[in-house]
Amino acid sequence: MIKKYRFDLLLAGGVLLLAGLLSLLLRSGEAGAWAVVAVDGVETARYPLSQDLTVTIGTDRYNVLTISRGAAAVTEANCGDRTCVGTGAVSRAGESILCLPHRLSVRIEGGADPAFDAAVR
Amino acid sequence: MSRSAARYGLLVALAMVLSWLESLFPLPAALPGMKLGLTNLVVLFALYRMGPRPAAAVSLARVLLVSMTFGNAYSLAYSLAGAAASLALMLLLKRAGTFSILGVSVAGGVGHNLGQILVAAAVLGRGALWYLPALLVSGVLAGAVVGAAGAIVIKRIK
Repeated sequence: MIKKYRFDLLLAGGVLLLAGLLSLLLRSGEAGAWAVVAVDGVETARYPLSQDLTVTIGTDRYNVLTISRGAAAVTEANCGDRTCVGTGAVSRAGESILCLPHRLSVRIEGGADPAFDAAVR
Repeated sequence: MSRSAARYGLLVALAMVLSWLESLFPLPAALPGMKLGLTNLVVLFALYRMGPRPAAAVSLARVLLVSMTFGNAYSLAYSLAGAAASLALMLLLKRAGTFSILGVSVAGGVGHNLGQILVAAAVLGRGALWYLPALLVSGVLAGAVVGAAGAIVIKRIK
């Protein structure tokens, strides 16, 4: 049984191992500082995670971005699959929320903590 | 000739119905592109029972028709890339001869997700690559399920 499927198991195991390694590599663990909004891969806005905010991106085809307690989430959208809403909240540098139908991405970036400015002000 | 035309039609229709069914009951997936890929069952069947060319023809027809009926130009780009990468990997592994239908189907599932994420990265930027590990895992699992089903179907249907 095992012998018959030896190569299949090796293949599946290999891909799973690769996925594990990649996720370790991609997970910077760094706390995010900015939510960077991009449409068609071009940055259109960036919001500091330190300030709570609700903003609607787009009009006919919209996604509602909510920043709350240092994490960003798409809380409402009129795209077909709404996986962007299902992704939930992201807060670590490198994490992303994608909306394929609206060609929208919200990517978390690290960097200088904008909360610092907010505190000074 | 007419018999094989009927067979192609049947397989394409079946693949379309499976696509549609899958869109009705989306997995509670948090990430774009995650799905079971039931239509790969049809492509697997065509690949094992009819050969590489018929499998490619059925796959291409399915992608075009589904995009025209349920999708748009963008979903067409994703499906096309996914289907092409999936089919290429499955052909490669089947030809290698060391893998059973399970391994071939796993490669198909992973290939599908790889193709789609590459298009997503091209359209949306590198943020899309963050999804790669999760999509690799879901490709393996979905491929295994579909492969197991495919093994049964291919054994039963001549």
